[in-house]
Amino acid sequence: MVELIFYGIVLGSIISLGAIGLTLVYGIIRFANFAHGDFMTVGAYITLFLISIVMPWLGIPDTTFGPLSFGLRTLLAFPLAIGAVGGVAILLDRILYQKLRRSDSNLVIMAMASLGAAFILRMIVLILWGADSLFYRPGLLRPAVELPLNVKVRPDQILIMAVVCILIVSLHLFLKNSKIGKAMRATADNMELALVSGINTERVILWTWGIAGALAGAAGILYAIDVQVHPYMGWNFLIPIFAATILGSIGNVYGALIGGLVIGVVQQVSTAFLLPTYKLPVAFLMMILILFIRPKGIFGSK
Amino acid sequence: MELTGLLAYLISFAIMAGIYAVFALGLNIHWGYTGLFNIGIAGFFCVGAYTSAMITTPQPTGVYAHYVHQLFGWHLPFVFGLMGAALMCGLLAFFIGLPTLKLGEDYLAIATLGIAESLRLIFNNEQWLANGPRGLMGLPQPLAHLIDARHYNYIYLVIVLAVMALIYFLIERSIRSPWGRVLRAIREDEVSASMSGKDVFAFKMQALIFGAMVMGVGGALYAHYSRSISPSVFTPLYGTFIIWVMLMAGGSGNNKGAVLGAFVMWGIWIGTQFLTDFLPYTVKSRAPYIRFLVIWILLEFILLYRPEGLLGEEKRVSKLIE
Repeated sequence: MVELIFYGIVLGSIISLGAIGLTLVYGIIRFANFAHGDFMTVGAYITLFLISIVMPWLGIPDTTFGPLSFGLRTLLAFPLAIGAVGGVAILLDRILYQKLRRSDSNLVIMAMASLGAAFILRMIVLILWGADSLFYRPGLLRPAVELPLNVKVRPDQILIMAVVCILIVSLHLFLKNSKIGKAMRATADNMELALVSGINTERVILWTWGIAGALAGAAGILYAIDVQVHPYMGWNFLIPIFAATILGSIGNVYGALIGGLVIGVVQQVSTAFLLPTYKLPVAFLMMILILFIRPKGIFGSK
Repeated sequence: MELTGLLAYLISFAIMAGIYAVFALGLNIHWGYTGLFNIGIAGFFCVGAYTSAMITTPQPTGVYAHYVHQLFGWHLPFVFGLMGAALMCGLLAFFIGLPTLKLGEDYLAIATLGIAESLRLIFNNEQWLANGPRGLMGLPQPLAHLIDARHYNYIYLVIVLAVMALIYFLIERSIRSPWGRVLRAIREDEVSASMSGKDVFAFKMQALIFGAMVMGVGGALYAHYSRSISPSVFTPLYGTFIIWVMLMAGGSGNNKGAVLGAFVMWGIWIGTQFLTDFLPYTVKSRAPYIRFLVIWILLEFILLYRPEGLLGEEKRVSKLIE
């Protein structure tokens, strides 16, 4: 059981990264971005592309670090890939959402457009890589080390949590101290007020997409390191991410963090009683329960 | 010979387009008239198809009972299948609407999506419910004894078109009633509708249930056309989003548009199949993805440059208003 809770925290920290990005977009740009899961997929596949094609071509060796299952290439690819996903998110805004915003489209139309974008991204992945599951380093044994309380953990998983912590702390410092971070929080509070106080909201939106995309990309890569790369991986994360966002109150970054951890732990612990494939319905059921009990989430005011 | 082959092909095309038109009409009640953002049509599709299948097939006996498991099998006529499918979907819609309809549109969207994905997993994993991933086979077809099996599709086309027409007139009639006008008022401005004394939640719930029942009928029509159903049919792509593209292309808020959109988009979908036949063998296995990519890019173009679709909404629904 302790082991399941630990795995749940690993899964939850990945969900949190996705949920934080979703909640930022939800709070600042004010629409439900259904393409968020597929940003994760794109991040994982860009990394795969860098590791398996670009870096061998450049002659970068894939030396591994001690007990970790991945090496130098993944380490180098990580920042490049999350930057690229941020770029994809910004690009989508420029060619799609910005135009819809300017023509004063209904928010539901924007959500619809994001669904379309989600499928476009996934179809591109499917066309380029096909529908099979892939690994960053196929055929590698991934031994576990044993911690106290009979918990078997792979070194990768500890590293994943460390990376998530670093990303969240730097996001926290960014939102708290930088000028654009403050502007983002102001815009989330009240867009009109932010506009009249001279904040360039288009710039804020640009940064929001960049950060949200990069975090989602990071989540996808970490999941790929932990499990595998699959075209539907991000789509399967969409419901848990939304559940975490709603649980932590829409627009609340710290709520999304806690929501993600809660959903992850519950999903993982449920596998002790249910089939593992029911992780997604479990997350969905959690969300419905939240909607009944506290529709505004744990940090929401009535 | 060539001509009969072509005709048979056209008939089966028209049957599928007609079934999709039923779904598009159901979605039109949700989205077109009431502004309900349902992205889990596949869930209603699935429930409608399975309910009708289990109502019309007998419970397997003898040797079959070892291989086929289903929750119940009533062996009733087709019409009861349609009605049962509609009832079950209405019930499902009620339970989805209960926690979500008082909240924003996004909540209904994510809830319908979640239920559709969950149902597919449940039908796939629970053997006792409806035979798991193998699904149910040998579903009966209505009036099959009247005609040789090779030509049966003619009869089924008539049935599908008749059901479609019936639903079309039913929706037209109710949308032009005072009830329908309230739905449109809610879509345009929820606050002012409730200020005029309308119970917004109740009207939204009725529209959600009505549309879901129509989708249930669509699911049942599909089940008895394909004669075998399994969870792999009810994917988000084929079960939900292609129907959205149909409605958006045809013109949401217009029943003629919903039907037109279904036929046009199904035509494009089938047409691109012919085009990808010319692709080299090596990329052919990925051809469906290319076709879907084209459809999604088309959707984004519709949203950006022609949000009203081909026909657009009829602004004036009553003959009495000048």
